[in-house]
Amino acid sequence: MKYRTLVGLEIHAELLTESKMFCTCSAAFGGDVNTHCCPICIGLPGTLPVINKRAIEFAIMAGLSANCKIAGKSKMDRKNYFYPDLPKAFQISQYDMPLCTDGYLEIETESGTKKIGIERIHMEEDTGKSLHTEDGSSLLNYNRCGVPLIEIVSRPDMAGADEATAFLDKLKGILEYIEVSDVKMEQGSLRCDVNVNVVTDDGRKTEIAELKNLNSFKAAAKAIEYETKRHIKALEAGENTLKETRRWDDAKSVTVSMRSKEYAHDYRYFPEPDLVEMEISGEWIERIRKELPELPQAKKDRFMKTYEIPEYDAGVIVSSKSLAAFYEEAVKLSGDAKLASNFMMTEILRRLKDMDSDISNMPFGASDFADLLKFVISGTVSNNMAKKVFREMAETGKKAEKIIEEKGMKQITDESAIEEIVDRVISENPQSVEDYRNGKDRAVGFLVGQAMKASKGKAAPQTVNRMVREKLDK
Amino acid sequence: MKIHDLTAHEAGDRLRERELSSVELTEESYKRIEAVEGRVEAFITLTKEQAMLQASAFDQAMKRGENLPDLAGIPMALKDNMCTDGILTTCGSRMLGNFVPPYDATVTRMLKESGAVIVGKTNMDEFAMGSSTENSAFKITKNPWDTERVPGGSSGGSAAAVAAGEAFYSLGSDTGGSIRQPAAFTGLVGMKPTYGRVSRYGLVAFASSLDQIGPFGKDVEDCAMVMGAISGHDSKDSTSVNRPAEDFTKGMKDGVKGMRIGIPKEFFGEGISEEVKAMVLEGAKLYESMGAVCEEISLPSAKHALSVYYILATSECSSNLARFDGARFGYRAPNYQGFKDMFIKTRSAGFGEEVKRRIMLGTYSLSSGYYDAYYNKGLKVRTLIKREFEKAFEKYDFILTPTAPSVAFQIGEKSDDPLEMYMSDICTVPVNIAGVPALSIPCGFKDGLPVGMQLIGKFFDEATLLRAAYSFEQASGVHRQRAQLAGGGENEI
Repeated sequence: MKYRTLVGLEIHAELLTESKMFCTCSAAFGGDVNTHCCPICIGLPGTLPVINKRAIEFAIMAGLSANCKIAGKSKMDRKNYFYPDLPKAFQISQYDMPLCTDGYLEIETESGTKKIGIERIHMEEDTGKSLHTEDGSSLLNYNRCGVPLIEIVSRPDMAGADEATAFLDKLKGILEYIEVSDVKMEQGSLRCDVNVNVVTDDGRKTEIAELKNLNSFKAAAKAIEYETKRHIKALEAGENTLKETRRWDDAKSVTVSMRSKEYAHDYRYFPEPDLVEMEISGEWIERIRKELPELPQAKKDRFMKTYEIPEYDAGVIVSSKSLAAFYEEAVKLSGDAKLASNFMMTEILRRLKDMDSDISNMPFGASDFADLLKFVISGTVSNNMAKKVFREMAETGKKAEKIIEEKGMKQITDESAIEEIVDRVISENPQSVEDYRNGKDRAVGFLVGQAMKASKGKAAPQTVNRMVREKLDK
Repeated sequence: MKIHDLTAHEAGDRLRERELSSVELTEESYKRIEAVEGRVEAFITLTKEQAMLQASAFDQAMKRGENLPDLAGIPMALKDNMCTDGILTTCGSRMLGNFVPPYDATVTRMLKESGAVIVGKTNMDEFAMGSSTENSAFKITKNPWDTERVPGGSSGGSAAAVAAGEAFYSLGSDTGGSIRQPAAFTGLVGMKPTYGRVSRYGLVAFASSLDQIGPFGKDVEDCAMVMGAISGHDSKDSTSVNRPAEDFTKGMKDGVKGMRIGIPKEFFGEGISEEVKAMVLEGAKLYESMGAVCEEISLPSAKHALSVYYILATSECSSNLARFDGARFGYRAPNYQGFKDMFIKTRSAGFGEEVKRRIMLGTYSLSSGYYDAYYNKGLKVRTLIKREFEKAFEKYDFILTPTAPSVAFQIGEKSDDPLEMYMSDICTVPVNIAGVPALSIPCGFKDGLPVGMQLIGKFFDEATLLRAAYSFEQASGVHRQRAQLAGGGENEI
């Protein structure tokens, strides 16, 4: 029996507007408890919402970047449910006339590029936050309440955890690129629910499980894998799963049933009567399109063409907008695109991975990095030496020039000085000379290594190499 | 003439002529309140301290020779569902019995900017749901013409306060007739403006797509004056319409000669008392005598308006009133286990019967599986009703109907029969469904009780309604009669 997993995603991204969705309060993350609040966003009686036009523009930007159709007419609806962090007891959202529909994103899979459909992107407002204390009481913080959100609903086109992760990475990259969201899962500005079920090749299928409480892409992937196994097990036993919402328990790495669909909320959606229908003109959409920055795919193509770097490297560098900007700046200042990309692909990415961080947290900037590259280009330090300098820069934030000077790492390019070292190494290693003459070419490497060691790594390696061969061939 | 019998514009003239100061006028209002409030019970909150400050501010500005707005210095009353910064705003509900808003409604702000003297907040059916002001959690307001009878509702407090001479004018809100029906019952002029004409910001919502704030006055000119002060676009209310401010008193005296008046037969059918019908048709005759042309018309979909209303209004109210959960403001039930229990106990004890009934009805209409049959169908019929009105207005300048099926009824007479009570609004509800403006004007008396006549106009054509109403008033003189409630605040001028 063959099993096929179907994964669909529902992603919430907080928008980076200055103010909230329906009032003028700050939409910034954090702040002292209940300070980003006003009568409107805490839903005092009599208050009315007024749409933040910028939030609509951000949502349209997201829609355009995900190849969606943008609705000419759209409206807001009320989603009604009771919860203390939802002060109006309804969330202003969109039901049957979302802003954006029918888009897609392309992901890379083992079998090539795959289109993942996007059913819709709609606008809504965020809720406040409840904090449940140990004594059983609840504290409420409404700073987040009313912050604009987009909900992106994919089609169930992903065949498992890998594709879901690829889709999330791609989407995160785009949202970051167009600067509509800061997509930080740890701050809750990006949240993701997963729908999973499994179908067999003889047409049986399990009921869809909706997974919640996924706090990282990793958790999402693990939860999908867990669920896939659970669903297959049910099918193998000739059973079915329940249509239900399940919660991912990260500590135990299992999903736990939250509620079955029989007890699902009836949200009683209806058109928000306090707002009028939105008319979105083609002209406005075009203005927004022009405002869009270069997207990752276009940037990747440009990097490959302009900087002549391999596709893989270009893909890695453009995966983060800040990384790509860092690279371009370094290329501009140093003039060597290949050297810059080589360095980024190895040293910088390794460092970032170790730090579990992004380029903005490096203790030095692109121009400092370019200075280091320039020392390599001018031959002041060797490539290997430069890596050592880099590590020091990353640890201390010191400038390359200072490190090179302090540690005396300047490359020896003076031929007579190098010749002296080479002569000494050759005279100290007669056996290697003998080996070379007997046709063992690798003796060259050994002698070069010895010479480099004797120069404490400072001798220009190409010169040492040339000179050792010259002397041996004499 | 007694000071409290003056209209607002007459009182304004006395202020400008310096026959009276605003402090004297305001003190007169409070004397009157002291004398009759025990029998009328129009107010939930009196704001004497602030009112006296507002009055003396006016007097000082007068002394400085400042040019002041028409409404400046005149005592008025606000329905208790319009937010007032720092002043209790209860909506007639136990749920908001302790609610002091930290902000002013847009109308409150506009009135303050016009120099109005706010004497207090008036009683109302809880959350504006009712037609008799018997549904208030605090008191039952009485009709000043006969204190055994209701003043109508839900803006009964605002109507009674003006009819009893406690305030010179007032504001009410009208979702299905809540200004016009009490105006009819208390012999006042009451106007529901076009939906979107007056900002709803700070009006505690009952049914957002129907609610509209409007004035009560002793005559048409008072209403026109107040309309000028409260109309206009408000960036805080997305449904408020961007139109330039209008002077509604301009053209008010131009007469009705050549006007075409439609008289829809559906508004004179079953359920409407014979005396009311006869009196409104007399009114039509008076118009004809002034050179207007009256013709019978048909608005066949109007008969569905009440059903549509009780679907749309209750649906919206079920959502609008969901925020009253005891978590952040207002009443919270004692002794609960967890927030769900808190919500249930708070809402069970905080709301009255009628409010709960409508929340239940609306929740049902919006429920999955019923939405299309009720709410969605309601929206469609609403469009039909609106189109019928628009079509009628292609031919007619305004439409003339009774305001209420009868004169003011006895307290307790209909409180056990919600459906009977709902029928009180049969003539007024279609207007809210369509969104057009309408006013009620007294057209006569039946056994000493006022009878109201409703004039319905084109979108944003309040001016024609005021002009036609003014002509009628001048010709009939009905508006000059006052409720007789003796006892104090009786200073003559």
